[in-house]
Formats: sequence, structure tokens, C-alpha cells
Amino acid sequence: MSVSSTNIPPQFEVVDQPLDTQMTISMGPQHPSTHGVLRLELVLDGEMVVKCTPDIGYLHTGMEKLFEYKKYQQGIVITDRMDYLNPLGNNLCYVMAVEKLLGIEIPERAQVIRVLMCELQRIASHMVWLGTHALDIGAMTVFFYAFREREKILNLIEAASGGRMTPSYFRIGGLMMDLPAGFERRTQQFIDKFPKAVDEFETLLSGNRIFQTRTQGVGIITADDAIDMGVTGPCLRGSGVAIDVRRTNPYTGYETYDFEIPVEQSCDVWARYVVRMRELRESLKIVRQALGRLKPGPVKADAPKVVLPDREAMKTHMDALIHHFLIVAEGFNVPAGEVYHPIEGSKGELGCYVKSDGGPKPARVHFRGPSFVNLAALPHMSEGEMVADVVAIIGSLDIVLGEIDR
Amino acid sequence: MSKDIEREQAIAEQAATEPLKDQAGSQLISALQATHADAVSEVIQAFGEITIIVPREHIVELCEYLKTKPEFNFNLLADICGADRGPEEDPRFEVNYHLFSTTKFHRLRLKVVLSEEDARVPTVTGVWRTANWHERETFDMFGVRFDGHPDLRRILLPDDWQGHALRKDFPLRGYEPYSLS
Repeated sequence: MSVSSTNIPPQFEVVDQPLDTQMTISMGPQHPSTHGVLRLELVLDGEMVVKCTPDIGYLHTGMEKLFEYKKYQQGIVITDRMDYLNPLGNNLCYVMAVEKLLGIEIPERAQVIRVLMCELQRIASHMVWLGTHALDIGAMTVFFYAFREREKILNLIEAASGGRMTPSYFRIGGLMMDLPAGFERRTQQFIDKFPKAVDEFETLLSGNRIFQTRTQGVGIITADDAIDMGVTGPCLRGSGVAIDVRRTNPYTGYETYDFEIPVEQSCDVWARYVVRMRELRESLKIVRQALGRLKPGPVKADAPKVVLPDREAMKTHMDALIHHFLIVAEGFNVPAGEVYHPIEGSKGELGCYVKSDGGPKPARVHFRGPSFVNLAALPHMSEGEMVADVVAIIGSLDIVLGEIDR
Repeated sequence: MSKDIEREQAIAEQAATEPLKDQAGSQLISALQATHADAVSEVIQAFGEITIIVPREHIVELCEYLKTKPEFNFNLLADICGADRGPEEDPRFEVNYHLFSTTKFHRLRLKVVLSEEDARVPTVTGVWRTANWHERETFDMFGVRFDGHPDLRRILLPDDWQGHALRKDFPLRGYEPYSLS
């Protein structure tokens, strides 16, 4: 049976087989296991995937266009909504790119808090990955346990910034405000209990024969292919390549923290699982170190034209009032030029390209989303596998459609 | 204990190569200007980054060279990003290639500038396969055509969309009135 329609682009070939040996089906965009509105056009020969073509754009909201119409500081709230599981990471990437253009130096306390919050956010993002990946494979308990741990972190982020999924906690020049009272005590409580939670996840999954059979040997991508296809993050480290932007191009003081980069050699879904589980422990190490380094100090840079003054100062001093008014009403001019600032997001290399023409609004902002690039490697990993393996592979890629589609 | 020593050595090594990196970067760029004088049209060093403006005929050759030569070894293409300077500017479009080396850890930006009437550039999918989706996105958003691309069609916007959304003359809210039908 052939389907004729004027709107199907020629690349989506409909295979017309006389014995109907191949079937073209659409996995998504509404599907519980595609982790968002992702459509995969699968050509199947029985259970085996012959061709896999991702069709994205269902969540495209034109964020990059929006940046050009907003002042630099207004763009921070847009970044929350890209990779909505790692909003603090997106915030940091954008804010640091603009700070690079402005040449502002961030105070020590703000840098330590940035590291602390980013690593907590990384753990929270990995909790979603773990819960949904295990759920897709069939382990429902892990989903509940992981989201329970994530809830604790979201409470901490909400205490600091007011938002769970859209914190916008960082500002150009520092932080929105200092950590609230009791934050360090609560974070310490979380750190004390979390290793046991990771042990529980490993008890449920790592030794589980069903999980092992479903993930080992599935979705192989060799190191050379991974680099050629631009794959970064845990997917690349699961193929044996030890690249982490926190090590290769350190930022916010990461070079002074003691942590390892977990790498696995088997290049399959299992390797990516092990890498992320080890990353949870490494992130916890960094959080512990950051907590130990917190010393009293300012959390905003000394740049009155860029950073909002304290409210008390604004209410009593004329120059602070004028600066506040100008920053909010007109914005600040950023020197003309362009900058590409990469950070290690929870999914890979998250890069922000900001091009300025000297005014208060950017000329171009582009985000290099790691999920966008990792998803392009999905056909390579899944052609030749069975449909059920495609579900496992998508889980191991840890994609977020907000970052892919922007 | 040994991990502490390793870590101190790594930090000391990084501190030692920090000033060298800038020297090394400049040395590498001078070497590149010597061997590929026609491909390196302009070099801009600003904000700690190096940008090379490349004429579009030479982009593929330069990318191959930068990927394969051991001193450079730019084996990972991090991003291809288009930009529109505005409808009155000529050349109007820019295409930026962000390169990264997984062995040397250095980064570089290549820029190709294109005029509006002739917004075509050869594809680099033969050099890095990851360019495929990045070039599709640049085509979708700016209308820049990549000659030789295996599958040049829109990626984020629907297939029947008219216009190129990130151009400066495309309105923020689009052309069609909001309607539910």
C-alpha cells in the first residue's frame, strides 16, 4: 500500500514492499518513552530498525529570536526554559558568556556558590535521567526513589532562588542574592544522606540481570564515531574519551576542586549508565568541597553600571538610584564582539555564542545544546537494533527536547 | 596520597602552560598564515578567543587541514552558528564554525561571511559528520545554502514554513495571524 501525499518530503521515503516486509511507523511525538515531543520515523523489518529518522521541532519556541529583542539581563529567564532539567547550567552558560564580553571579575563567594548550585543541579538532572531511563526499561521503583531525592534538591534551589524549575539564580556579575539562612545546614543534611540513596539505586539496578541484559551491548558508538558526530558529555565518556569541559576549559574555579572524570570503555548503554552513576558521586564530592569553602563576602561584582545595587543603597543614595534606574530601564551597553563560552552541562558541552554590536540587546545568541548533537547520533546507534532497544538508547542519551528545539 | 600529588602536578602543569597557551596559539596561527595564506583572510584575537575569517572557497580545505594536522587536531566540531548582520549590511550573513581539539583542548572559531544574493557555502559534513544537523539549522533559520549537503531541509520549523526566522527582517511574531483553525 502506498501513501501519496503532496506534503511528505522526498527524504521520508515510504517503502513500498510487495510482501509488506517493512513497515514505516512514527514513534512519537506523543510517546511516553521519547522523553519529550520527539518524533522518530522508524522503518521496521519485524522488530529490527532498518532506518531511524528523528523529526524535531515540536517544541521550537523561537528562544534565540527572543534574545535579540530583550536586554541582556532579561535574557536570563529565557535560558531557564531551554534545558528545563538543568536550568542553573543554562543560566550560568549565558551569564558567563556576557561576563566574558564585559570583562567583569566575579567575587570568590559568588564563584563558590555557582559551583555548588551547578553541581546540585547536575545531581537533580541525573535523577530525572535515572528515573525515566529505568522506568522505560521497566524498573518503576527507581523512578519514585530518584524523584524523591530530586525533590530535596529542588527544595534547596527553591530556598535560594524562589524557583524549582526556573530559578534564574545567576545574574550578570554574580548572583541574584546570597544564600538564605539555614541553606548550608540543609545542604549538609542532603549530602549526608545522598550516598546511601545512590547505593540503593545501584542495588536495584546495577546487579539486576534484566537491566544488564537490556543495556549491555546495546547502542554502541565507538570513540572515533562519537567525536566525529560531536557527541559530548557522559555519552562520550562512556565510549572511553575523557573529555569534560570542567577539565579542558575550566570556568568558575573548577580547576581548584578535586574530582575525577569517570570514563568507561564499553561504548554501550551500560557504560553511559555507569558513567552517570559515578558522576553522581563526583558531583557530591564537589558539593562537599564547595560547602567547606564558603566564606562571608560579596556575591555581586563591583560593577555599578552592570550589577544592580543593594536595595537599601538604592533607597538612600542618589547614585545607586540612578544606576538602578538606568540598568532596569535602558540596560547596559556590552562591548561589540563575539564570544563562545562552553560549560559542562549535565548532558554534555553546553555552549553559548553571544554576539554583541555594542548596545544593550544582543545581536545574536545561539546555544549549542548537547542534546541536539547527541540526538543526531541516534540513527547511528539504533539502526540494526530492535525497537525496544531504541527506547533504552534514547534513555541513555538523556535528551531534553527544550534544549534540542529551543 | 598519590592522587594529591597527581593533582598538584596537573595544576602546576596547567599554570605553566597558561602563558604558553597564548604564545602557542599565536605561533600556531602564524604557522597557519604561512602555509595557507589564501585561506586565512583575517585573524581577530579578542576576549581570549581567536577568530579566523575564511573565504568560502577555502573553508573545506582549511577544515580538513585543521582536523588532520597533529599540532592542531581540531577533531570535534562543537557548533556551526549563523548570524545575520542586518538587511542593509553587505556581506549580510556570517557562518561561524567553532572547533575544539580533544587532544590539545584548544578552541578556534572560523567565520565565513556571505552576501545576501549569493548565500551559499560548501558543506563540511565530509570533514565532521556532526555538521549535518548544524548546517540544516543554519539553513532553516537564515536561508544559507550548503552545497553538497546530503539532506538539506528544514529541521526545527515545519517543512512548509515560508521565510527564514532568524533573519533580522523576519518579524518576532511571524506573519500569520493567531488562529485556532
